[in-house]
Amino acid sequence: MNEEKETKKEQVLEIKNLHVHYLIESGTVKAVNGIDLSIGEGESLGLVGETGAGKTTTCMAVMQLIPDPPGVIVDGEILFKGENMIYNTEKRNEEIRGNGISMIFQDPMTALNPIMTVGEQLMEVVTTHENVSKKEAREKVIETLKMVGIKSDRFDDYPHQFSGGQKQRVVISMALLCNPSLLIADEPTTALDVTIQAQVLELIQKLQKTFHTSLLLISHDLGVVAETCDNVAIMYAGEIVEAGTVREVFLNTKHPYTKGLFESIPKMNDDSETLIPIEGQPPNPADLPTGCCFHPRCKYKTKQCETEKPPVRHQGHMYRCHLEG
Amino acid sequence: MSTLLEVKNLNKYFKVASGELHAVDNVSFAIEEGETLGIVGESGCGKSTLGRAILRLHEPTAGRILFEGMDVASFDEEDMRQMRQHMQIIFQDPYASLNPRMTISQSIEEPLIAFKIYKTEAERRKRVEELMELVGLSARVYNSYPHEFDGGRRQRVVIARALAVNPKFIVCDEPVSALDVSVQAQILNLMMELQKKLKLTYIFISHDLSVVRHISDHVGVMYLGKLVELAPKKEIFNRPLHPYTNALLAAIPSINLEQEKKKLILQGEISSPINPPPGCRFAVRCPFATDCCTASDPEFVEVFPGHFVACPRCIEVQGKKFVYE
Repeated sequence: MNEEKETKKEQVLEIKNLHVHYLIESGTVKAVNGIDLSIGEGESLGLVGETGAGKTTTCMAVMQLIPDPPGVIVDGEILFKGENMIYNTEKRNEEIRGNGISMIFQDPMTALNPIMTVGEQLMEVVTTHENVSKKEAREKVIETLKMVGIKSDRFDDYPHQFSGGQKQRVVISMALLCNPSLLIADEPTTALDVTIQAQVLELIQKLQKTFHTSLLLISHDLGVVAETCDNVAIMYAGEIVEAGTVREVFLNTKHPYTKGLFESIPKMNDDSETLIPIEGQPPNPADLPTGCCFHPRCKYKTKQCETEKPPVRHQGHMYRCHLEG
Repeated sequence: MSTLLEVKNLNKYFKVASGELHAVDNVSFAIEEGETLGIVGESGCGKSTLGRAILRLHEPTAGRILFEGMDVASFDEEDMRQMRQHMQIIFQDPYASLNPRMTISQSIEEPLIAFKIYKTEAERRKRVEELMELVGLSARVYNSYPHEFDGGRRQRVVIARALAVNPKFIVCDEPVSALDVSVQAQILNLMMELQKKLKLTYIFISHDLSVVRHISDHVGVMYLGKLVELAPKKEIFNRPLHPYTNALLAAIPSINLEQEKKKLILQGEISSPINPPPGCRFAVRCPFATDCCTASDPEFVEVFPGHFVACPRCIEVQGKKFVYE
């Protein structure tokens, strides 16, 4: 068993017991149900899960951008450098967004304003958050664009004149303009081709190292997380079912769901005929199963799993299951 | 085994304002009965256009499509319509390919009515129930609507519909790309089971190399409308010859932490398919390109038995690292 690190780095982001519900006409959608996460300075955390697992809701909660109504943060704390964002004024959170925390969205095609030039959009970010002259802002934008590999002569081009990969580079440069301490990337490469994905992931890693930015990377792709992150958290039905360092979780997998995910992926170095899928479908967050949320699909379930919430166990890393080891 | 489908020098050009878009350019290959040919490539490489052109959903500009020895490219409209009983297609998005106002049984029944396969409603109903069982849908969802289903079960409906007319050959255009990994594995297993049971022949189009590796017997790699490499599965993954295939393989994020990371990141982006200049389409991004690559179109030659490559320098540069100056 690994001992917990004695010297804890300063946590940039700490999420404690976060619950987010959406109250809709037909009932309550329990999107996030009591998750705990923390990211230290310069660290990267990959949040993995399938559609509807609550990954995006978690980031939106961190950004304090949950649409309300219908979304409500029912319980929990979101501490950004020790400051609880839930109790902050909207004005203070606006300052943090952009300066302290930035976000990259999945679809670079919709993240940019089609009727503004790329340069104008980036300048707007700088002038909103920093007290600088137009000339200084322009210089800063050109310098940041250069860093992500876009030439300065594209400053006056419109988003439609860029390819998907280039647009994502523009979005990344926009997120980095104000030197945030935390970068949240929600499926940043899902809309891109593999060779472009490799370029963009390399860029994110390089920039993260240069600026010592912490990274929260949301992905459904375990491969992307393995190549980009230090730590990983596996999410299912709004709960973290397993978390730890990438090495620990990938090589010493404990939770049946995580095991199932690994078995479902066709591997490049394995010639086995059939994949072992996880039977059934992810649960409906408006109607979660009793006991362990994963029990209807679990190969190892017992009577206990159907009624009781599983305990949190620590064996090298954290996981949530009735089964031991 | 005999050859079921042979495609010879197939071209599909689209007329656009600025000239001719070469979506599929001089593509030739053959598929044996009961086998799967995987087609991989990035967005815009022409893989979907190829799949559609084979079924003449896009009218080919030139070339021959021999299905069981008959040139379907020369068939008139009615003959082609009859021929489609034997040639079916499954699309990527199961949300868009089902009529939301038809129950799933009506959707599956539709091709039976169109081809007047059964005389009575009772016979059709029996066949629909049979098909639903075949793809793993329970009889109680007979009168359900698509919106009640998740992506995985919708894709099962689409597969049942394609199988209704007893086709020999199915073009599968990214059939699992919209699905979560756990569900993706279920559908891949189903497709492989059905192939064995019904002796189906597939063209499996995907951007995901690990999925293609899992399901295919032969693999073709496309780049900007050209087939650049075609080989048995083992060959292409163990001995990739074309520099583009090498780059594509290296770009896949791997979950294998023990494996040494090959840093082989392709620079630049895919060039325009409109009025392409002569020569290798990949030359502008290829670190090994010389004058001979841009002088004329590289020939598609058999370098090893069954292993075709369109690269004049592939043997010379084998195993060499990508170095950009």
